[in-house]
Amino acid sequence: MNKTKKLKQRRPLGTFLQESDGAISVLVVLVGFLFATILILIIGRNPSGMYKAILQVLTGYNVKNNQFYVRYIGEWLAQSMPLILCGLSMGFAARVGLFNIGAEGQYIVGITVAQLIAIFFPQIPVAHWLFAILFAALAGAIWGGIVGWLKAKYEVSEVVATIMMNYIALYVSRIIMLRVPGANTYRTPNFPETALLTNSFLQKITNGSRLNLGIIFVVLSVFIYWFIIEKTRTGFELRATGFNKDAARASGIPVVKSIMLSMAIAGAFAGLAGGIVSLGAYKYGRVLAANDGYGFTGIAVALVGNNTAFGTALSGLLFGMLSTAQPLMESNRIPKEITFIIQGLVVVFIAIRVGFRMLVAYFTKKAPLKQEKTLNIKNPQEEMPNHE
Amino acid sequence: MNSLFGKIPTILMLVSPILITATGGMICERSGVVNIALEGLMMFGAFATATAHYFLEASFGPASIWLSLLIGGLFGLTFSLIHAFASISLKADQTVSGTGINLLATGVTIFLAQVFFNQDRTKQFMLGMMPNKAGIYPTAFIALVILILTWFILYKLPFGLRLRACGENPHAAQSVGINVFRMRYIAVLTSGFLAGVSGGCLVLTTNTQFSSTTVNGHGFIALAVVSFGRWKPLGIGGAALLFGTALAFSIIANDYTLLRKLPSEVFNIMPYAITLLALVLFSGKNYAPLSAGKPYEKGAS
Repeated sequence: MNKTKKLKQRRPLGTFLQESDGAISVLVVLVGFLFATILILIIGRNPSGMYKAILQVLTGYNVKNNQFYVRYIGEWLAQSMPLILCGLSMGFAARVGLFNIGAEGQYIVGITVAQLIAIFFPQIPVAHWLFAILFAALAGAIWGGIVGWLKAKYEVSEVVATIMMNYIALYVSRIIMLRVPGANTYRTPNFPETALLTNSFLQKITNGSRLNLGIIFVVLSVFIYWFIIEKTRTGFELRATGFNKDAARASGIPVVKSIMLSMAIAGAFAGLAGGIVSLGAYKYGRVLAANDGYGFTGIAVALVGNNTAFGTALSGLLFGMLSTAQPLMESNRIPKEITFIIQGLVVVFIAIRVGFRMLVAYFTKKAPLKQEKTLNIKNPQEEMPNHE
Repeated sequence: MNSLFGKIPTILMLVSPILITATGGMICERSGVVNIALEGLMMFGAFATATAHYFLEASFGPASIWLSLLIGGLFGLTFSLIHAFASISLKADQTVSGTGINLLATGVTIFLAQVFFNQDRTKQFMLGMMPNKAGIYPTAFIALVILILTWFILYKLPFGLRLRACGENPHAAQSVGINVFRMRYIAVLTSGFLAGVSGGCLVLTTNTQFSSTTVNGHGFIALAVVSFGRWKPLGIGGAALLFGTALAFSIIANDYTLLRKLPSEVFNIMPYAITLLALVLFSGKNYAPLSAGKPYEKGAS
């Protein structure tokens, strides 16, 4: 997307990189892949294995035996769904100047509620799963909203609070799911059919992948995110709060309400992700032993997507692709952890993108630096994690 | 009661790594840099220690433990350099760069394990750290020494005063000739080293190998300890003891009929719930270093 823009506008590359956050994201991802390639070369493996795996996920085309496996595309989309939603969760809070590390916890609360409804709710077609995922989103909203309330009312740092809430969510979920009748230490009995998000049509066109009805809700969420942020009065108030809390308060925007609302909406996205994963990818309730990690990857997703709706969707697809490619990489003798390294590198690079901009400025001899909008998280001087 | 007395070594074993990491985290935040990378840095340290110990054990004998701990600390220090460079020199968002290191830690450690051992964890070493006659591991003494030393440096030496000044008011510190950048670098690297050592202590006392679940949130608990202990040595000492005890109870609760009825997860939740509660209760007053989390720019304002 950025490349075509680049050609059309015919701006010098340097200026372009200085001014476009999207271009920096693309650059950061490319450098991440470059590092990964070098790393694979250092350990004496063949990096083409990584790219073959990625090609197969993107197109279904297997280079080795010249065949198409459309199932991989379905798996890719299915894997991207929770990542996009968790990215939206992180991104939405970031637009209001909050750092939501709590997507993981909100996601777990969503999972737990969806699983409980799937097991105990009467088996009515459609209504069963619809209720389950809506309540999952609601539960996530409450879990996130609590942090928002603590932040707004008691000025508790949302970074510390969300980390604490993540662990509380994990263990509360364990306590509850272990007490479901018939549950053992890692799973509950199977869900009834009516609770599942699986759809025979989607499975048929993707040759039996885990792609499910959740995709509809993901697409809806992306549009809802875009609509709230860009087109509504509330969205404007939220963004204004994010840019400068004091100025927002002075111009009559209810800052306390904005903070609570943003954390609640952020939590709803993550909770929805939990609902979709538990009813779409599994046929039984899980007793979680550890984090699934979608919430943490969501941080990277939102950072690369610059907290915009469509950017986050794209970067969610990118990270979904990496994670779907993992088993294929293993079979090509590439340690699958390389994908985690790429994720981590990308986030570190985003953190030091001021440095990237300086480098670009140095190489293109364009001295004046554009005012850095770190992260869209407001003015960094303002009040990042401050344990007030 | 006697049996409870017998649990003290277990409790101290769990408290020590948390306390060491938290001490590092406190130093870091007192200098004005928030370090949520503690979890990741502990992973780096734990991995490096377990790996080094596995390879050195045969040739160095018992000395290998101390050598490996040092290597673990240096590994943590190396990666904290990223955080220092990003958040001090480039004035990056400290939470983002910390998160990046946490994400990187899972990838890099297991990746290296794949390279060295061809499996997703390190190979088991023969002999971990040995407790003394009373059953107490040396890590408890290491933690105590580090805490006391830190208190002495922070509160009794001019260096400590300068470091704290950088966290409270860096511009004032700069105006009296303190090099804020250098102070913050020292603090971040120290916390990286301590987190690395503490990861090493964790793996040498509670485990025989490193896997992706070895550290399992200890770094985040340490972060909570720093907040709950109100950024003071005595406070974090007490907080670490409290949280470590809660963790220990999730393991030893089974020995008591009364506690067995409770799900062991209740004890797992306690450190986090207590921290959250404390943050709310103490919310009126501001205990955190004033400038923690804010990048310092020379000459600005």
